[in-house]
Amino acid sequence: MLEEAKRAIPLSTNHAIAYAVKDLDVDVISAYPITPQTTVVEKISEFIAKGELDAEYIHVESEHSALSAAISASLTGARAFTATASQGFALMHEMLHIASGLRAPLVMSVAMRSLSAPISIWNDQSDLFNARDAGWIIIFAHTAQEAYDTIIQSYKIAEDHNVLLPVMVGYDGYVMSHTIEPVIIEDKEKVMKFAPKVQYPFKLDPDKPVSIGSITPPEYYYEFKYQQVQAINGSLPTIEKVDEDFGKTFGRNYGLMECYMCEDADSLIMANASYASTLKAFLPEIRKQGLNVGLLRLRVYRPFPLQKFVEYTSDKKNLLVIDRAISYGAPYQGPLANEISGAMVKEGLKLNLISVVAGIGQRTVEFEDFLALARLAHEGRRHEETIFYGVRE
Amino acid sequence: MATIEIRWHGRGGQGAVTAGEVLASGAIIEGKYALAFPEFGAERRGAPVRAYTRITDNPNIPRTPIENPDVVVILDRSLLKKEYIEGLKNGGYIIANTPLKPDELIKKLNLPDSYNVSTVDATTIALKWLKANIVNTAILGAVIKTTNLIKIDTIIDVLKNRFHGKIGEANAMAVKEAYDSTLVMKLQEAI
Amino acid sequence: MEKLVSYKEMAPGGIVVNPGNSLEYKTGDWKVLIPVINQETCTRCRICWYVCPDNAIVELDKEYTTKKNRKYKVSYDVNADFCKGCGMCAQECPVKAIEMVPVEVA
Repeated sequence: MLEEAKRAIPLSTNHAIAYAVKDLDVDVISAYPITPQTTVVEKISEFIAKGELDAEYIHVESEHSALSAAISASLTGARAFTATASQGFALMHEMLHIASGLRAPLVMSVAMRSLSAPISIWNDQSDLFNARDAGWIIIFAHTAQEAYDTIIQSYKIAEDHNVLLPVMVGYDGYVMSHTIEPVIIEDKEKVMKFAPKVQYPFKLDPDKPVSIGSITPPEYYYEFKYQQVQAINGSLPTIEKVDEDFGKTFGRNYGLMECYMCEDADSLIMANASYASTLKAFLPEIRKQGLNVGLLRLRVYRPFPLQKFVEYTSDKKNLLVIDRAISYGAPYQGPLANEISGAMVKEGLKLNLISVVAGIGQRTVEFEDFLALARLAHEGRRHEETIFYGVRE
Repeated sequence: MATIEIRWHGRGGQGAVTAGEVLASGAIIEGKYALAFPEFGAERRGAPVRAYTRITDNPNIPRTPIENPDVVVILDRSLLKKEYIEGLKNGGYIIANTPLKPDELIKKLNLPDSYNVSTVDATTIALKWLKANIVNTAILGAVIKTTNLIKIDTIIDVLKNRFHGKIGEANAMAVKEAYDSTLVMKLQEAI
Repeated sequence: MEKLVSYKEMAPGGIVVNPGNSLEYKTGDWKVLIPVINQETCTRCRICWYVCPDNAIVELDKEYTTKKNRKYKVSYDVNADFCKGCGMCAQECPVKAIEMVPVEVA
């Protein structure tokens, strides 16, 4: 029926990621269960049990240890992977900075979920947005296919000796992690040819000893942090090139940022992950209602592709930014909207920025809600404060 | 092909979520685009659960819950209530697990004549083949018979992939028997 | 004062790529007291060599015969470049053969 879909198999985003880990011949996986991530590492354990993946599978006692083990493995030159969400992600926080500080080229998937208290197991993006300043490259996927493809791209980016940074791939918990959809799984040899293992250049090796984890006094620490600034800013061309090369090899690429039904739009809605895929489906209907709105899909988040952002927004009137995390007490209470307002000042953009927080704790946003948000963007009124869409007054 | 939206109602443990996934998987294997996802809750055995399946030829599929389905599938007899049919499109299908015939169900629930109704005694079939009240595979036979969305052989392949050995065989038999015994009453133009 | 290098010339991650470079970092000028080992009373038990946190006790392949005609194959000395004068060797010596004396006197 549909040529492109013919090769696809039904997979959830979690399982698609497990397939990517298998096809990348990852050497070490550290695993600790937390919903909605658990089926990623469950599926990987199945692959190992069946002999389809030859890897060390480390059962750790917490997410803090999961990331510690992955960092250590990565620094011995192994290709390492772990996965997390929510409370577990929060527990990792200390190690997030150690991973980026030690420049460990590992990859982690994040099935984004809300944070307690009160307890919620449901989706929003509080966990990942709490970690945005940890020095990792952050990429959002909006389909299971993109998650599979992005994990493959991520190792090629992370292991590049001009980059050497950990990469996290974020996607929505449940709404994507547990949704079955078509995914094309590529030939393992082709994947390995695209992303051959490139070892950490200063790996632990008895024949060529190094010291890892040294203390740095005030006259050195700052320079190492500045190296990280240079590394993450400098990674943008690599990320772009890897995506382009991926497109040439596999026929799918995504860009740093995607503008969908955007060229003729006066107003844009900025969204990521599942909201972006849902908006893609709804935009034709939204357009029929006379709302001249397009989608600006956030894909690469760190480093922020500022030039692309300017390119896509400079001729637009309104930009409605949907945040699914709260930056409590900030000027705009959506973390992304805050950054966008900074970007606008930096680049002298005259957009009307509308900050919207929605979908907190997986509060359902349906077609009528997206329509209402599109209307807000289209009307172009100025809203000084963040709109907490759908909250009961 | 337009988008077909299916909403599944069952109780935790009956396999409504799996049924939705198996149908979507079959559609994907046949080269269509499809999504299947549950109404995510703190799942527990016996609680009413919902699941959703969208099948379409459009690669962009919304991930929102289905409010206006083309098909409502009711896996549990205790859920044969009008509230579970809410939002069903005119000309849509109700596929129910019940020993009643379609006209008896219409009468019992006082359904308007804007719906098509199929019934199958999935509980009896499930108890016969699976020795448990896990009716999802049997109800899939009824869904295929009613909607012709995908081939029954594709569904059987998916089930055998998912459940190996004897369990796969038993599920395949349940689907076949349900397919053969489903009663379809078309009151409206098929969607 | 030593000129510090640019961030561009530093290996990433604070990783030390020239191991053993502590030999270049001489810590011996911190001390006020330095151990002096009495080769006569020393029983060559090696405890000082063992406990020194800076490996500053040196075992020499140098024979020594005491006045009572006891022969030892080795002698002990202190590497003044690295001894910080902490006095652990003197504290631990079971026969009190090590005395801490002011650097100027030694």
